Amino acid sequence: MEQIVNNSFKTQEYFVNMGPQHPAAHGVLRLLLTIDGEIIKNVDPDLGYIHRSIEKMCERDSYQQVVHLTDRMDYLSSHINNEAVCLTVENALELEVSDRVKVIRTIISELTRLASHQLWWGVMGMDVGALTTYFYAFRDRELINDIFEETCGARLTMNYNIPGGLMFDIHPNFVKRTKEFIAHFKTKLPEYDRLLTGNIIFQKRTKGVGVLTKEDAISFGVSGPVARGSGFANDVRKYHPYSAYDRVDFNEALFTEGDSFARYRVRIMEMWESMSIIEQLIDNIPDGDYNTPTKAVIKLPKGEFYQRVETARGELGVYINSTGTKNPYRVKFRSPGFSNLSVLNHIAKGAKIADLVATMASFDFVIPDIDR
Amino acid sequence: MMNIPLNITKTIHDWLFSIMPEGVASITEMVIIAIVYLALFAVAGLYLVLLERKVAAWFQLRLGPNRVGPFGLFQTMADALKLVSKELTSTDRIDKFLYNLAPYFVIVTALVALSVFPFSKQFQAFDINIGVFFLISISSIGVIGILLGGWSSNNKYALIGAMRSGLQTISYELSVGLSILTMVLLTGSLQLSEIIEVQRTGGWLILQGHIPAVIAFMIFMIAGTAETNRAPFDLVEAESELGAGFHTEYSGMKFAYFFLAEFINMFIIASIAVVLFFGGWLSPFGITEGITWFPEVIWFMIKVLMIIILMMWFRWTFPRLRVDQLLTLEWKYLLPINLVNIVVMAIIIWLNWTI
Repeated sequence: MEQIVNNSFKTQEYFVNMGPQHPAAHGVLRLLLTIDGEIIKNVDPDLGYIHRSIEKMCERDSYQQVVHLTDRMDYLSSHINNEAVCLTVENALELEVSDRVKVIRTIISELTRLASHQLWWGVMGMDVGALTTYFYAFRDRELINDIFEETCGARLTMNYNIPGGLMFDIHPNFVKRTKEFIAHFKTKLPEYDRLLTGNIIFQKRTKGVGVLTKEDAISFGVSGPVARGSGFANDVRKYHPYSAYDRVDFNEALFTEGDSFARYRVRIMEMWESMSIIEQLIDNIPDGDYNTPTKAVIKLPKGEFYQRVETARGELGVYINSTGTKNPYRVKFRSPGFSNLSVLNHIAKGAKIADLVATMASFDFVIPDIDR
Repeated sequence: MMNIPLNITKTIHDWLFSIMPEGVASITEMVIIAIVYLALFAVAGLYLVLLERKVAAWFQLRLGPNRVGPFGLFQTMADALKLVSKELTSTDRIDKFLYNLAPYFVIVTALVALSVFPFSKQFQAFDINIGVFFLISISSIGVIGILLGGWSSNNKYALIGAMRSGLQTISYELSVGLSILTMVLLTGSLQLSEIIEVQRTGGWLILQGHIPAVIAFMIFMIAGTAETNRAPFDLVEAESELGAGFHTEYSGMKFAYFFLAEFINMFIIASIAVVLFFGGWLSPFGITEGITWFPEVIWFMIKVLMIIILMMWFRWTFPRLRVDQLLTLEWKYLLPINLVNIVVMAIIIWLNWTI
């Protein structure tokens, strides 16, 4: 009798393919979930659906062309990716760019970070079921894209950086419109808080969900807002300043809870800090050249070069191994998304499906960044 | 002056009975009424979809549908036409019988529940003396359709959605039932028309019943939203988790049945709220009481629309709950509060403290 009862109530673990086409994956990420009822037993990320061999393609290209390819990695911080490659090349050539270039690069990097975080905020709300956030975020993001469009002609993948400086000078309206945007967004960011942050359901969904300890964050190589939500202070802008970050005063957003809500608050705080950085720089963009001319064919000296920057998702490292020719011998990108994804299985075990979605939203994955 | 709608129905009734034997005439009459209801609420459902899209656009800084017809008024009609003309696809190795049966369960229960509502004094298909009981029991059948649909479509996402639906609807049924019972205690009748008549003299029940009635209304709105599987309780079709939930594998008109049923269910929940708490078709403060030709159904519809817009407001503002939080809310908070609330209401009635 007992045997019959046990057999008829026997539970069974089953597999679910979450992705590659899934609304919460934000791209073509495939997660192989092992589920017991609603409880996740194992998460197995399967990559390769948007692999374009960017690193291999770089070996074939000149250094100017490498810059353009990096747009397509983390398309939401395309400018910062470009900047990383340019900085590496400039360091290798020992090329000093003008102060004007440094300041403009910093301002546009922060605008990119703002745009990226705005999109993340909209999508985070959407993933936990509040659809309205998406439209609020895009309302404000459009203004940033308009600024970019006016200055360099593109809205998302901008290619504004070249080794040695910028493609062209900023548009005469740039300063005015950036100031207008900052004034506008300062009134709108509290609206984000009113709509989502204070919502009891949202807090219940994110507080204590997907907890990542500081030790795990360090040992998995997690970086960016995800690590800072766990109390791991690792902001490259602060500890290894590049461009004009050494001349601005800003706080590193740091929370110690390590849950999804902490990561959420890190990004909201980073938006305030980004605005403060832009405000400090926008009024005194130094005069000077927007470009230090380089040779048409850039040949890096023999050796290995590495530069890291802070993208909207974390630490991006660019490693270039040069043999002295016009093409890199080997290019390696240490992308933030890949390391951040590695910790997902560790913190999602035992959670519900809905928790996994909320956690993934708070990690802010961009799949082409993971899968280069 | 005679009431015009009543006049028309009476003429048709007399005419049918004059040309046919009594049995045939009553069956014909029932069929006519059924067709009228079907047509009316299919259209009502379509326009609720449009209303939802417009309300959503309003909340989301958008314009909403505005291309098909003036103000996009024919948009949902066009959508329905498209859905009718679409191919009915299905996945491999489904349970064909149950798969095809499921949408009808959902839509038929939704439409049957409508038959007992007193839309106005004359506009009511069945005025049965256990109207409230009938509503509760019919609305619990709809979940079978969702369970069958999710189970039979051979898709794990659909299955998870259906499981969630089962536990959600069964749990929240209790709260809906108990909050309705609180109001039934106050009126002392299960008949919907009589519940409205009580409010003609004493004022709306939400005012008559002091705080317990307000609490009952709040619980009813929460539980009612959960029962219709709408946000923030739309775990059944949580699109960021399950794709489309239980109706993932349905296409064409079968999908439209699920979709339409959701909106008709929303209409039902809003109608129950209006009948039990806001005086049904009675005009506020009796302002059109003396005007005999005034179609009272307008008051009913205005109130229902208010409640529906409130439910849409929920949907476009709140994030979604997690499945364990959903159950905690019901079993740990709503149900105990509800039980206490009934006792308080009983004491109030016993001490005759009602207004």
